[in-house]
Amino acid sequence: MSSPLAIVTRTAGTNCDAETVRALELAGARVELIHIHQLLKETQRLEEASMCVFPGGFSYGDDIAAGRVYGLELRDGMYAELSSFVANGGLVLGICNGFQVLAESGILDPPAEPTPADVLHSAEGRQIALHANASNRFECRWIELEAADTACVWLEEGQRIPCPAAHAEGRFVVRDDEVLGRLKSNRQVALRYVVPAEGDPYPANPNGAVDHIAGVCDPSGRALGLMPHPERNVLPWNHPQWTRRGAREEGEGLSFFRQMVHAASPVSV
Amino acid sequence: MDTATATLPNAWRVEVFRRPSVDDPEANHLLGAARELGVEALESARVGHGYLLPPELSREAATQIATELLSDPVLDEYTLYEPEELPAPSGASRRVLVAKKAGVMDPVALTIARGLKRTGLGGSAADAHISTFSAYELAGELSEEETSLIARRVLGNETIEDLLLDSEALPYGPPAEGSTHGRVEVPLLDLDDEALMSLSAEGCLSLNLVEMHAIQAHYREAGREPTACELETIAQTWSEHCKHKTFAGIIEMDGEKIDNLLKTTIKRATDELDKPWCISVFHDNAGIIEFDPESGWDLCFKVETHNHPSAIDPYGGAGTGIGGVIRDILGVGLGARPIANTDSFFVGPLDMAREDVPKGSMHPRRILRGVVAGVRDYGNRMGIPTVSGGVWVHPDYVGNPLVYAGTVGLIPRSCADKEVCPGDAILVVGGRTGRDGIHGATFSSAELTEDSDVVSSAAVQIGDAIAEKRVLDGLLRARDLGLYRAVTDCGAGGFSSAVGEMGEECGAEVDLDTAPLKYAGLSPEEVWISEAQERMVFAVPPEKLDACRAVFDAEDCESAVIGTFTDTGRLVLRWKGEVVADMAMSFLHDGTPRPTRKAEWSAPDHADPGLKMPEHPGAALLGCLGHPDVASKEWIVRQYDHEVQGASVVKPFVGTQADGPSDAAVLRPLDSTDAGCAISCGANPRYGLLDPYRMALAVIDEALRNSVACGGDPDHTAILDNFSWGNCDKPDRLGALVLASRACYDAAMAYSTPFISGKDSLNNEYRVGDETIAIPPTLLISALAKVQDVKRATTMDLKEPGNSIYLVGITQAELGGSVHFDLMPSGGAGGVVPAPDLEAAPRAMRALAGAIAAGEVRACHDLSEGGLAVAAAESAFAGDLGAELDISGAPLGELPDGYDPDATRLFSESCTRWIVEVSPENEDAFRARFEETPLAHIGRVTESPRLVVRGTDRSTLIDLSTDELRAAHQSGFQG
Repeated sequence: MSSPLAIVTRTAGTNCDAETVRALELAGARVELIHIHQLLKETQRLEEASMCVFPGGFSYGDDIAAGRVYGLELRDGMYAELSSFVANGGLVLGICNGFQVLAESGILDPPAEPTPADVLHSAEGRQIALHANASNRFECRWIELEAADTACVWLEEGQRIPCPAAHAEGRFVVRDDEVLGRLKSNRQVALRYVVPAEGDPYPANPNGAVDHIAGVCDPSGRALGLMPHPERNVLPWNHPQWTRRGAREEGEGLSFFRQMVHAASPVSV
Repeated sequence: MDTATATLPNAWRVEVFRRPSVDDPEANHLLGAARELGVEALESARVGHGYLLPPELSREAATQIATELLSDPVLDEYTLYEPEELPAPSGASRRVLVAKKAGVMDPVALTIARGLKRTGLGGSAADAHISTFSAYELAGELSEEETSLIARRVLGNETIEDLLLDSEALPYGPPAEGSTHGRVEVPLLDLDDEALMSLSAEGCLSLNLVEMHAIQAHYREAGREPTACELETIAQTWSEHCKHKTFAGIIEMDGEKIDNLLKTTIKRATDELDKPWCISVFHDNAGIIEFDPESGWDLCFKVETHNHPSAIDPYGGAGTGIGGVIRDILGVGLGARPIANTDSFFVGPLDMAREDVPKGSMHPRRILRGVVAGVRDYGNRMGIPTVSGGVWVHPDYVGNPLVYAGTVGLIPRSCADKEVCPGDAILVVGGRTGRDGIHGATFSSAELTEDSDVVSSAAVQIGDAIAEKRVLDGLLRARDLGLYRAVTDCGAGGFSSAVGEMGEECGAEVDLDTAPLKYAGLSPEEVWISEAQERMVFAVPPEKLDACRAVFDAEDCESAVIGTFTDTGRLVLRWKGEVVADMAMSFLHDGTPRPTRKAEWSAPDHADPGLKMPEHPGAALLGCLGHPDVASKEWIVRQYDHEVQGASVVKPFVGTQADGPSDAAVLRPLDSTDAGCAISCGANPRYGLLDPYRMALAVIDEALRNSVACGGDPDHTAILDNFSWGNCDKPDRLGALVLASRACYDAAMAYSTPFISGKDSLNNEYRVGDETIAIPPTLLISALAKVQDVKRATTMDLKEPGNSIYLVGITQAELGGSVHFDLMPSGGAGGVVPAPDLEAAPRAMRALAGAIAAGEVRACHDLSEGGLAVAAAESAFAGDLGAELDISGAPLGELPDGYDPDATRLFSESCTRWIVEVSPENEDAFRARFEETPLAHIGRVTESPRLVVRGTDRSTLIDLSTDELRAAHQSGFQG
């Protein structure tokens, strides 16, 4: 059987596409890098893929708000196709700006009832957001991720992944406590920042995210968004303390992609 | 300031604020900034983002745009106002609106327009004008003066923005159309000297009398007056910025005649060294060196200055500075892929009293915050990791800060060269042309004055990083498809420089009216010399034109054919069919008169203050760690994405808590090889003021020893020179330049390290009234080294208790310009500036590099500002380990009277020294490498996290915990 196909999307301002492609290939996937304007014209290309990945960057400059315009393009142009891709077993991943885009698009926290695209971005339609970092700054620093008891089909509870976070608008927030309760009971909270047991959680939680949430998935567990960058820790020399440690075979982020590729199966059409 | 009765904009107005229940970091930040200004009355603030949308939109469409595009349903609430509707009172005591001046680049508005067009939101009205603004609602008993202070110092920059205090009269619409025209002749043939010079001054041409005479003679011979376009073209091409007239001119010093300083010093070293791995040096937009011959990839590097624009608008100036140098990398050969950015800033004291800041200048803090934000927002958006740089502080930068930006790229060997053939189309790609950045090249070649912010606002450009990212994405794809023959960037001088340089050998014809414009009403000269950002010019064979443009279309990146390269040797410009310029390329490029300048140098007369052991050496060390040149720059580095592209091996900060400052950055840019590259730099303005010759030697040594410390191969290292100097028409400034250039030659030859590229910025003086302040002679040396195997790359944090600590190198009484002297109450102006022993230093570099390459070194840190004491402290806290040192045996040179030996060992900044951690099993092999280089075993790594330093007679000089050391290192300005 040939290795599963991942479509990696890009648009103006996407800038983590190369290392995301590399991580997926190292993990055993075949990869096609496609400009989103092309994919919007040919959404049937999703049918051949088992994964659709939205890499990091500054899509359209993050103008207005991070991921806003790209999110609108997705919602407007392929929300239905992406929803059925997930429903049919496809895996969707958004990293950093990709997470912001997926959050804007409504894919990660879809309303229970089918909803017209223009309502998805209204007060009724969307209940999660990625807010400006509490520090009011873009920050690039290494953090540690821990997988929660999650519906995400390729994460193992307790699994830890050190990797860089690099964003200005990555503070996961919810409309109210009820939403947080719902996400938890749906096991949609997928990844948290590992914070010290006592004292200031910053900078271990680099942005002030509620409940230290770094990544969330949809209720099916097949669409995941996360702020930090596991694709930047796939080589033995990526870790900031590799010179202090013994020889390593690979970075911890590679297992994240290997598990994803393993979980990806050809989509039944 | 506008009044409340002025006209309200005829546009739908959307104002988006955070919901009151949502934390607003922007507002919190504003409160802090107001307190720093001394405004205590500001109690709370709301920060809003505003948008003006075409009045033709229906209410339904405007509502939909506000809901779906402009606001976040969880975080925001918005208010929609009809065209010319007065917003409801906010309840705040003051409202300040900040809007871009008409014609200033507004990337957000462009993004909105594109988004509306793609999604169909807004229908046909989406084509009409859109603009953005910021709204600040301030609560508290604020006086008008306090409100104005906050508005000017924190919220906006009047050079590029309109500030509206309690007024709603926002500007809306494209800028008023200028009076465009066709061919205009400038009467010049009959002008006398005075009239020639006033023509040069009034036209912002920055041409001197000798040059005006040359132009006059040329046109007298031609028997006609020059056109406005021709005169502008000459001014741009002959500007110091483009032509480097000082370096290429004739200089008389001490009875010696120097014919072309660049060729006789810096380039000469490169020529004489003649390294086979130097692929392209000095003639293109960047220097290229071999990297991985097996796969055919080379590395290229360029560093630029963007000083004057950054003085006026730090954010835009620094952003377009990095944008410009990235385009240099895109424009070297057939284009390279940028893999790393560097930036270095030189600013006034960050704690300067507000009243001491000269009129017309910004406070150094504001400048530094602005330039950091500019580099951050542009570099991060481009997806290029910013990995190396520095900040230096000196009072003489207060009116003329320096901003250096560099980019490293990867380029296939097959793309190293370009050619232009007659018949090739001139294709311009990227941003549109507007009135922004007119006269940047000539402006940067002139002195700044207190009115510079007013008269030169047109010289400021605002960047649009995503427009450049589109160019990058398209360019690399078109390059790999072989769709063009040559490319260069539009930098200083705009089309005039880009087309002029590309067509220098053949000729070019341009129809200026075919260039895509941001708005109507530009004159042909404005189109020709505009420095609007994010544009590149390609030479495309006609048969590949459609395919080439299709690649850019797919990236949503505009392109237009504006002319053709010819074989006439002439530059012909037309405007709607009429010829507005017709000149010989040879006159343009070779007609520059070469003036003779006088140079002299006399060393400043300062007594050597000598060096006693401080009463509390530990306190002196803590002082050095907190010195602005030494203290942690983590607040800056964390704002840069230094991890994007996933290639980082040695990061800007290393160690257990990632707070130890690395000597260099190491990247592993290709998956096919474990070879990498190290990027480092060196500079020191205090050395420059005292002794420009020794300064240049010292900063070259610094850049190289930084690189070696992390694993750079000294036999495969190239360096770049970037001179920022005062006005070199003045003999003392020029004398210092000559000395520094000679040092560049001497050092390059001694280390066998060639220069591959460089740039100079030679008019960095600041005039207030009759007084002129020159910056210190500032030479930034940037090094790019191959790391043969990144698995051997070394970091500066101590690794393991019990390991030995060695000191490589000999210490001299070299504290002139040192951090320790700078902190002395008397100011400590004298003393001898550090300089390497050019015979011993290259040997030491290679001995250490050999040890690192052999895997014998666990940690290595270079000794620079603050000397041994600072280096040992940094390595200790970075590793969360202690060190017990006995420095009494550390080799010393001959000390003059008044120098305490142990104090010299602690604080001298002598060159070519490192501390090195070696594990027991490697000690014999390590020591054997240093038979010809001074080496001393000075102590051990300890488990106990304290730095203990003993001197002669086992006296305890320093005993401090790593927490104290770390705290001192982090005690500086934190943004």
